[in-house]
Amino acid sequence: MSELLIKNGFVFDPLQGIKGDRMDIGVKDGKIVEPGALSSPKTIDAAGMTVMAGGVDIHSHVVGPKVNVGRLFRPEDKLFKSPHKSPTCSRMEMGCSVPSTFKTGYDYARMGYVFVNEAAMPPLHSPHVHEEIRDTPIIDIAAMPVFGNNWFTLEYLKNNEIENNAAYTAWLLRATRGFGIKVVNPGGSEAWGWGLNCEHIHDPVPYFDIAPAEIVKGLIETNEFLGLPHSVHLHCNNLGNPGNYVDTIESLKLAEGYAPKNDFGREQVLHITHLQFHAYGGDSWGNFESRAKDVMDYVNAHDNITVDIGQVTLDETTTMTADGPFEHHLRGLNNLKWANVDVELETAAGVVPYIYSPKVKVCTIQWAVGLEIALLSRDLMRTFVTTDHPNAGPFTRYPQVIAWLMSRAARDETMKTFKWLERTIDATSIDGIDRELGLYEIAQMTRAGPAKALGVGNTYGGLTPGMDADIAVYALNPEDMPSDPAMIEKAFSRCAWLVKDGIVTVRDGEVVAEPAKRTVWVDVKVPENAQVQRDIYEHFLRHYSVKLDNYSLFEEHLHNPRVIEVDTTQ
Amino acid sequence: MKTVTLTLTNPSELYIEGQNVTPDNFAGKKAAEIAALDVWEGKQKGPLGKYFTVEGDGGATAEETKIVLRGDCTRVKRIGQQMTAGEIVIEGNADMYIGGWMKGGKVHVKGNVDSFCGIGMEGGELIVDGNAGHHLGSSPRGEWRGMQGGVIRVAGNAGNDTATFINGGTIVIGGDADIHISTHGEGGTVIVKGNARGRVGGQMVKGDIYVYGTIENPLPGFSMVDEVEQEVDGETARFVHYIGDLGERHPVSRGKTVYANLYTRL
Repeated sequence: MSELLIKNGFVFDPLQGIKGDRMDIGVKDGKIVEPGALSSPKTIDAAGMTVMAGGVDIHSHVVGPKVNVGRLFRPEDKLFKSPHKSPTCSRMEMGCSVPSTFKTGYDYARMGYVFVNEAAMPPLHSPHVHEEIRDTPIIDIAAMPVFGNNWFTLEYLKNNEIENNAAYTAWLLRATRGFGIKVVNPGGSEAWGWGLNCEHIHDPVPYFDIAPAEIVKGLIETNEFLGLPHSVHLHCNNLGNPGNYVDTIESLKLAEGYAPKNDFGREQVLHITHLQFHAYGGDSWGNFESRAKDVMDYVNAHDNITVDIGQVTLDETTTMTADGPFEHHLRGLNNLKWANVDVELETAAGVVPYIYSPKVKVCTIQWAVGLEIALLSRDLMRTFVTTDHPNAGPFTRYPQVIAWLMSRAARDETMKTFKWLERTIDATSIDGIDRELGLYEIAQMTRAGPAKALGVGNTYGGLTPGMDADIAVYALNPEDMPSDPAMIEKAFSRCAWLVKDGIVTVRDGEVVAEPAKRTVWVDVKVPENAQVQRDIYEHFLRHYSVKLDNYSLFEEHLHNPRVIEVDTTQ
Repeated sequence: MKTVTLTLTNPSELYIEGQNVTPDNFAGKKAAEIAALDVWEGKQKGPLGKYFTVEGDGGATAEETKIVLRGDCTRVKRIGQQMTAGEIVIEGNADMYIGGWMKGGKVHVKGNVDSFCGIGMEGGELIVDGNAGHHLGSSPRGEWRGMQGGVIRVAGNAGNDTATFINGGTIVIGGDADIHISTHGEGGTVIVKGNARGRVGGQMVKGDIYVYGTIENPLPGFSMVDEVEQEVDGETARFVHYIGDLGERHPVSRGKTVYANLYTRL
């Protein structure tokens, strides 16, 4: 089949420890090979450019029912913001903060990304999630079902039945073709069914009489019992409120004493997502302040935790989360439209538009907190770039986030636009941080690190021979970096080349091919468990609105699967 | 000021999307260049000159450009959309979205217009000598930031959903208005010189509505407070003053709760 040689680029591959060496990368039959193994390759001249593996996004809301609610109830997000069809793409693109499926695929590809982990799949609605995965071109997508408020999980964990919970988890991952264990506001979204919330990790969940702390510990034990590729992926309790860093550190401490057990090279037992939203001090919006340092001191000292930043990009965006009570709280703050849904025995969700304005003190402090988290991190293989798309900003702003991380001048330029600059500086340490990250560190935060934490580092996120030939080439010369940070942003916005599965997909920032995309899911083999099977049967008989036979995803919903197999019976 | 005259000589079969017909787009262009501007008819793009004969050149800037449209423009939408300055005169009727998202300048329609005219308006003046359709001076679908400024004057009647989410500016309707006026309003003024059907000021937070005639079905969320004498649109009259919508949130300014005001003429 086709051969490709990417010549003379400056290669950054943290998984192999390659730090900008001038190297050739060979591609044969969709896989990376030694350049010597090629006979008559087509050549891409990458001289004077940066070569990295295709990007990996560990946390982004791109497909599924709440994303679609965002699309439906924000027609104004499309008005004057939808370009006419690009001549090189097969489908029209629409939307800004919640782009259409097609625009999502194209824009990720233009930035050099190839893998996106959908951060929250309501299990009952998994067919919808998989239909949208199919319609999102180019990028490979995995989706994590939510477990933190699931009645089965709450009941098993309350009785400390890890083995039963593991059997249920394996069943649900197969039923939804899911990827891993997502936990959103553990217990809190279930409490929302009673109009309540669990703001602290020891608040009991009504009726179930279990606390969030027990849910998280039980799910970590379940995850390591099964040996899943990814760890528990946690959205902590008490998101977005002043003083919540105390709850966050308590949540982080739940991982103490657990060690990873898996065959996928993953080294953490707990991934904390959009940490920026969980690192606030103060006790009101008046004395709201950053506590990024306290949180990052803990993260830096504990190797079994990874985080992503959830950077606020100061845009008008659409918040959407399975944290139902939080969205109601947010609606009360900005009085904008609100959508809310309860998903039977499983989860809840809400959607509210939000404007992160440089004129609002809380927003500019949030902006600083995200960057502090990244810049105070001592291990960027455990700290990843996200905007919790679209909650803190659209994913299309990653290039801007990278520019802020790489350039103090870029941060200063943005800070000049703040109305409450002095107060933002007083409430954070951002002005005292001169650290500027390099391209190697960006490669850690945007591909190698996320791929390793997701347990897919043998396929994605690196350039080792045998891995998928997903390669992004950016028009940036590491020996002659532009002094204007806008040029860094531009280079990362539109990659010079993207090769996906050995196919030239993007050239000069334009999509030129739409190679087959995949659905990545985890199939876990567990011993037969009669009790769990009976529990599932009973709950569907008594509590679900659908029959058990209609619940599991039908094969025709699953698009081009890539199955990661885990066998616990051996 | 230079005048460009567009005469509709070859009417379209479908409706034309005429958002390029603005002083901003015509400024600095010769007649031939103006005739070459794009308009869409359904899914097909064609030059403006396919439908209109173009006489006269544009001025140096939008401010110095006046556009006169002749012929039956009932099938032409979006004239004057997003214009910032200059003047447009439509000699007869026009279709939807006339003067939508206007920031400045003046549009004068001598006939009737259809729905969505003056939506998302930020400034300028839209004058309609005939009737207007629905969603006059309203916010675009889904948008909570409606009319910010400017003036809309309709001599005849207006349809329903006038001034939804209005934030500023003034709308004067010489005739009657159908249901829903200033729904979700947070500022601005709407004056209805005829009658209003109902649902006037639903979920309104701030802003003013004047109805000279009767409201067929007033909302229970408005409460009468007093009678006042006020000058409205150049004439002084006595009004019954209601505040509302009492079912909605209301901001507090200098210790006092701010309500929306509804005035009906005595």
